[in-house]
Amino acid sequence: MVDSIQFLLNQELISLRDINPSMTVLQYLREKQSIMGTKEGCAEGDCGACSVVLVEIVNGELSYKAINSCILFVGSLHGKQLITVEGLKYQNKLHPVQQAMVDFHGSQCGFCTPGFIMALFAMYHMQKSFTVNEIHNQLAGNLCRCTGYRPIIDAAASIQFSGDHFEDKKEETKTLLLSIVKGGLLTFRSEGTTFFIPDSLESLLELRQKYPDARLLAGGTDLGLMISKHFQVLSEIILLGNVSELKDVTETEDQLSFGAAVSYTDLLPHFENNFPSLYKMVLRLGSTQIRNSGSMGGNIMNASPIGDSSPALMALGASVTLASLNGEREVLISDLFVDYRKTTLHEEEVLLSIKIPKLKEKQTFEVFKISKRFDQDISTCCGAFCVEFDDSIVKEVKIAFGGMAATPIRAKNTEGFLTGKQWTEETVEQAEKLLQEEFTPMSDFRGSAWYRTKVSSNLLKKFYLVSTNQLEDTGVVHYE
Amino acid sequence: MSDKEISGVGAYVVHDSAHKHVTGEAVYTDDLPELPNCLHTWVVTSPHAHAKIKSINIKRAESFEGVEAVLSAKDILGTNDVGPIFPNEPVLAEELVEYVGQPVVIIAAQTRELAREASHLVKVEYEILTPILDVREALEKKHFVAEPHSLQIGDSKKALANAANRLQGEIDLGGQDHFYLEGQICVAHPLEDDDMKVYSSTQHPAEVQKMVARFLNLAKHSVVVEVRRMGGGFGGKETQPANIACMAALLANKTKKSVKLRLGRDEDMIITGKRHDFYFTYDVGYTNEGEITGIELNLASKCGHVADLSTSILDRALFFSDSVYYLKDATINGFPCKTHTVSNTAFRGFGGPQGSFIIEEVIDVISNKLKKNPHEVRKLNYYGTEDRNVTPYHQTIEDNIIHEITDQLEVSSDYQKRYDEIREYNKNNKYYKKGISFVPTKFGVSFTTAFLNQAGALIHIYADGSIHLNHGGTEMGQGLFTKVAQVVASEFQVDLSRVKITATTTEKVPNTSATAASSGSDLNGMAAQNGAQKLKRRLIKFAAEKYEVDQSSVTFKNNMVYAGDNEISFNALVGEAYFARVSLSATGFYKTPKIYYDRSTSKGRPFFYYTYGACVAEVLLDTLTGECKVTRADILHDVGASLSPNIDMGQIEGGFVQGMGWLTNEELKWDDKGSLRTHAPSTYKIPVSRDIPDVFNVEILKNHKCKEETIYSSKAVGEPPFMHGMAVWHAIKDAIKSHGNYEKEVKLNAPATPEEILRALDSM
Repeated sequence: MVDSIQFLLNQELISLRDINPSMTVLQYLREKQSIMGTKEGCAEGDCGACSVVLVEIVNGELSYKAINSCILFVGSLHGKQLITVEGLKYQNKLHPVQQAMVDFHGSQCGFCTPGFIMALFAMYHMQKSFTVNEIHNQLAGNLCRCTGYRPIIDAAASIQFSGDHFEDKKEETKTLLLSIVKGGLLTFRSEGTTFFIPDSLESLLELRQKYPDARLLAGGTDLGLMISKHFQVLSEIILLGNVSELKDVTETEDQLSFGAAVSYTDLLPHFENNFPSLYKMVLRLGSTQIRNSGSMGGNIMNASPIGDSSPALMALGASVTLASLNGEREVLISDLFVDYRKTTLHEEEVLLSIKIPKLKEKQTFEVFKISKRFDQDISTCCGAFCVEFDDSIVKEVKIAFGGMAATPIRAKNTEGFLTGKQWTEETVEQAEKLLQEEFTPMSDFRGSAWYRTKVSSNLLKKFYLVSTNQLEDTGVVHYE
Repeated sequence: MSDKEISGVGAYVVHDSAHKHVTGEAVYTDDLPELPNCLHTWVVTSPHAHAKIKSINIKRAESFEGVEAVLSAKDILGTNDVGPIFPNEPVLAEELVEYVGQPVVIIAAQTRELAREASHLVKVEYEILTPILDVREALEKKHFVAEPHSLQIGDSKKALANAANRLQGEIDLGGQDHFYLEGQICVAHPLEDDDMKVYSSTQHPAEVQKMVARFLNLAKHSVVVEVRRMGGGFGGKETQPANIACMAALLANKTKKSVKLRLGRDEDMIITGKRHDFYFTYDVGYTNEGEITGIELNLASKCGHVADLSTSILDRALFFSDSVYYLKDATINGFPCKTHTVSNTAFRGFGGPQGSFIIEEVIDVISNKLKKNPHEVRKLNYYGTEDRNVTPYHQTIEDNIIHEITDQLEVSSDYQKRYDEIREYNKNNKYYKKGISFVPTKFGVSFTTAFLNQAGALIHIYADGSIHLNHGGTEMGQGLFTKVAQVVASEFQVDLSRVKITATTTEKVPNTSATAASSGSDLNGMAAQNGAQKLKRRLIKFAAEKYEVDQSSVTFKNNMVYAGDNEISFNALVGEAYFARVSLSATGFYKTPKIYYDRSTSKGRPFFYYTYGACVAEVLLDTLTGECKVTRADILHDVGASLSPNIDMGQIEGGFVQGMGWLTNEELKWDDKGSLRTHAPSTYKIPVSRDIPDVFNVEILKNHKCKEETIYSSKAVGEPPFMHGMAVWHAIKDAIKSHGNYEKEVKLNAPATPEEILRALDSM
């Protein structure tokens, strides 16, 4: 049976049957609907000009999230409300965020503006006021080449929630969203692509068994590029978002565990409490739009040597649970990667969940991300350090890096050297030298081998200084 | 500015399209409704930096389903040349490809996806040749796109020989991608008689018209080019859109269908030109106080495979290599180096920032040698107001206000106190270092090619009193339409909403210059004023006759016209003038006076006037990682009497941030085969919100008018603020110096990425 993709486009219920479910939402809006307010600036989720807002019901309330429509598949819209820039003006009156952007002269060429408006609109519906630092966090996914941002930041800072027509119609919206069928296995098929939305783990695992080549889709922040940039045809796509086991977050006294499809945004509050350094790093991973879509599970499983999740998780001793119809198994993330973009995952398996042990009292953990640009950039080098002390003796140490090898990698030699040693400047200096010998990173456009080697050992020094309270700040950017 | 101005010149108005920007209603070229059967395109480009084309086989691509045309150079109807200054700059490669990304074959198909798929079926055979990729190699081999050019004043050789101190050095300065948010795009509609209507995202519709006509072997009157707005230009849409338009128009001509050619971000960054990289060497003589007594500068620019605008850009680099400093005995040589890379092109500042960059570097190196605050050495070398005021191109500077700007900014930025505090901070901090700089700028305004300094306008007043305005300038976000409308509203003393500017088209105003060189409002504002004044004179004459009063007693105010004791609304007067058969349409024209430049003697007055400014920047640097944050910037900038303060403020802030990006995180990386490796925002990092200074104080210089007769005594503002980004660079250098206790030489090339900074720290 082929189902139809149903969603609200602004306030209108749309039902699509004959559309390639892997078409990007941006292309759908511009080419199928001929509504042209949403722009393409890069087709890779890096500029934000295509930002739209997706609304879904979370804990009975509507949740508004800015998303990059250029790498979002139409099939992922099922059961959600898609708000575009055209939907904001109401009864011929600008929405408060639109008015703020006009009042503060937030647009010049205007091409990035609809994207900023949608990012601001999502902020508006968080119903709070924003510090400048929070504004930077929210807007790092929207590039503007004209204004120098100052007026946009001022516009964002002026936002005060005072309702709007979406708020007025929220019950109506909820009713409409609830009327869209989400139970059971949904299948959309058109133009050579089949898009499955299973709603249980069992159903997912069955699909996985049946279609081992199917692409698993969580946020699609990587997979989206296969369509938007590489114009590939993906024959089978399995959307993970409706499988509740993959969306769970559980915190116990000694560990945090979360499903593979939990978005970064939904993880952030848990990280903030348990792993402040990881929290700060994740705020620099992608942008708000990317964090709203993307998941740590996806980041781990695409096994990129420069994915930012893995080094931190390896240093923290985190593990993953892999599941198939044959059962589950747990693997330390440190043992997961076998080669460039290759993991030990079997073809019938899926990543079910990730488990991070909480820090013990005598453990110190820091993760440092080095990139050309502070926000929304891919790491040149990412270093994560976790040491358990026995007084001033290193009882156990885990050091992991991204950007230093073909996979995220532990610095085993350096770890071995440090274990059992006094945590002193002299020890660390020797360890730095060892670390410089440990890897042979490549030179590319993000950084030379020299820089990667140099900065990775300097990060060890920085970790030492931070761990011994000799360095108050961990970087040049200050959060209030 | 009159207090009563609510929408005319000097008023704090919003951008004319602001309401449309925020609602998504503003229409860009890609948003225009497509005609039925509109075709989409893909460009097949060279994978080699330098190669002979042995054969092109398009047979399989042509027969691919959905493909309607596959064309190469041999299909061109007219001249395969878009050279704006020099000939032989092909749109489609003929026998030779000279950069990775050079268009070879173009495909039109029913969808962009089909065109792209068909592109894989095009087989081009190449014979690979050795490329020259590096500007230094090109310089050494004298591999140029045009003749080198020099400026000379006094006797630099003698001065250098007699100098109390002398030093030499070299530095590399990277290029920059425009990264306009809207990529290059063109839609071509074929019309009867083989005419062509071209919608192009271009800063230069007249150039697109000329090139498309030549490419299709048509007269210019057969080609109409229209642009309502661009999603950013920054110089990247001055010459580059002509290539795109020629390709689209040829496909449209051959298929007799509408054709849209939109480059994706990667294609845009690979195929189209960027800011010129430079390699500089210098030899400078100076006194013990730091005054420059003689200098020789060599500026080698990486032009890419053809000249494009490179010679004019290099000229401007030479003209700007004095910045605000008096160079009595100077020789300044420019070498336009040919490399097998994409042809670099106009970018905000047009070589000017690169020229000023080198003299600021020289001053900084001198200061470092003398262990002096660079700011003091800068001031010592400032141009005088009455004397010490002749430039290396022999123009006498008549409007120097850098001294008063410096005085004001020293106070408002609390410069000296912060300078001292930073030195104290650096003494007490091992791993974090702060740096501060005070960098002045001067920016010569005019196209340095004199004939370009002309503009036209067309104004209709309709019988209901509404005004329709067109001029030759284009809107790329800079607010030109708003400013020119303010001028016309002021002339007629009517509300701004009564003046409508519609798309720029070659049908309304012919033979225009590019909207470039910051000249948009200077030229088009004057042309519009000229047209408005013609109409106003007709209305005055009519009102004087009607009310039987003297013409001198007819005045316009607040949407009203007063004639002696009579008053009538502007709209009613216009209505009556229509019935009295008064012509209510006029053209306006302007050409900038006083300017000339004789390239054979390197002497003249290329600039009508100068605009000035200065920036104090402060940074915090992590010496373990090379990461850097701009913590504060204070800018004082001269725009004469501002036509539109909000619009000008946007240009200053935006210019600074773009200039900062150029010298910090925006790094173009090519591999050793000449392929660009940073061709999308995932790899090419322009500033984002957090990158702007934590404290960002920007002021327009108050109570200042342009000394020359410009439109309402205003000054140009598009490019000059870009220069302020240099203050960030020098603040970074200052912070690096502290790592060596201000005693060691700093070797830093631009851009100052974290890696480059760490390298500089490591080499101390």
